[in-house]
Amino acid sequence: MNAGKIMRNGIFEENPIFIQVIGMCPTLAVTTSATNGVGMGISATIVLICSNIVISLIRRLVPDKVRIPCYIVVISTFVTMIQFLLQAFFPALNNSLGIFIPLIVVNCIILARAEAFASKNSPAAAALDGVAMGLGFTLALLIIGCIRELLGAGSVFGLTLLPSFFPRTIIMILPPGAFLTLGLLMAFLNVMQRRRGVTNAKTNQDPSCDGCAKSAGCADCGQ
Amino acid sequence: MQTLLIFMSAVLVNNFVLNRFLGICPFLGVSKKMETALGMGVAVIFVMALASAVTYLVYNFILVPLDLNYLYNIAFILIIASLVQLVEMFLKKFSPSLYQALGIFLPLITTNCAVLGVTVINMESQYNLVISVVHAVGAAIGFTLAIVLYASIRERIAKNPIPAAFQGFPIALITASLMSIAFLGFSGLIKV
Repeated sequence: MNAGKIMRNGIFEENPIFIQVIGMCPTLAVTTSATNGVGMGISATIVLICSNIVISLIRRLVPDKVRIPCYIVVISTFVTMIQFLLQAFFPALNNSLGIFIPLIVVNCIILARAEAFASKNSPAAAALDGVAMGLGFTLALLIIGCIRELLGAGSVFGLTLLPSFFPRTIIMILPPGAFLTLGLLMAFLNVMQRRRGVTNAKTNQDPSCDGCAKSAGCADCGQ
Repeated sequence: MQTLLIFMSAVLVNNFVLNRFLGICPFLGVSKKMETALGMGVAVIFVMALASAVTYLVYNFILVPLDLNYLYNIAFILIIASLVQLVEMFLKKFSPSLYQALGIFLPLITTNCAVLGVTVINMESQYNLVISVVHAVGAAIGFTLAIVLYASIRERIAKNPIPAAFQGFPIALITASLMSIAFLGFSGLIKV
């Protein structure tokens, strides 16, 4: 697989948020502002790149049966390191992301990439896949964060853009705004994909466990 | 009284799914039918209560005395994963009927952010053992309430004509948004 294809896959064709629809919890929770969204995106990207490299390096050593616990230990090691770095150098960001920093461990995107890509490819390819998927994730968080911050607080990256007489829609930065923004963005994406002639888009299917990293382990998924 | 407030606030005001965004994956994934949603909810109540108690004990009696608090994240996720495995094996052997009802949901819960989330919140809020478990049960009941209501709405949505652009994820997310607005109404109920 060549480098260009890996990059395109991560950012557009298999964008973790808009196409694969995984990693929803941080996506909805931290996008109250563009800064938070990008901060989360970059933190998760760093964890993803590091864990992809390590998992790819140890892929022949780890027995198949205990691979998921092994991956989780690798991932949570890097998450703990990121948490310390944020605490030391970006305390404000660390506070506003709060519990979602330790929860990067259970971010489906990272485990899914470990399962689907890093455990089957060379470290270089796995690192590149981490960069691509991380960028795709960050881009999605940036878009959602910008929309919510602009409508809810009238600013983007803390910079006031809307004139003061323009009403601020506070609900956009409250929890319902997160669901609404993502829902409308996906509806928009569906229309775009229809125009391009793609009919079986994942976003157009009923939500299910398909994208989940563990769906192979629990095939019935309770459905 | 304090305990009751923490319980009610976990169920309604700070609802795990609709307010804190924890456990969105099962909320969207396992909510096609009401019975499966209920099964998932009961399994989550069980695992969250158990995980809270065990992580509390491990954190306060192993990690803190050894000055290893910074390992909490690794420790908690491993505890939850092995605990779920253990519960699954235990149920399979001793209560096949319960295993049939809950077993299929258990592997799903291991990497569920609601479970890790509740243990981290308990630790950060410095709840004691009893309050940790009460908080976990409250949060899990809140999760069950949200997912069962959501499943019943989705069962109805499935029977109605939805505009092509909104089919699938968009309508599911917008439904969740409306439910979240309804749950915002509880925010004046308790001042914590």
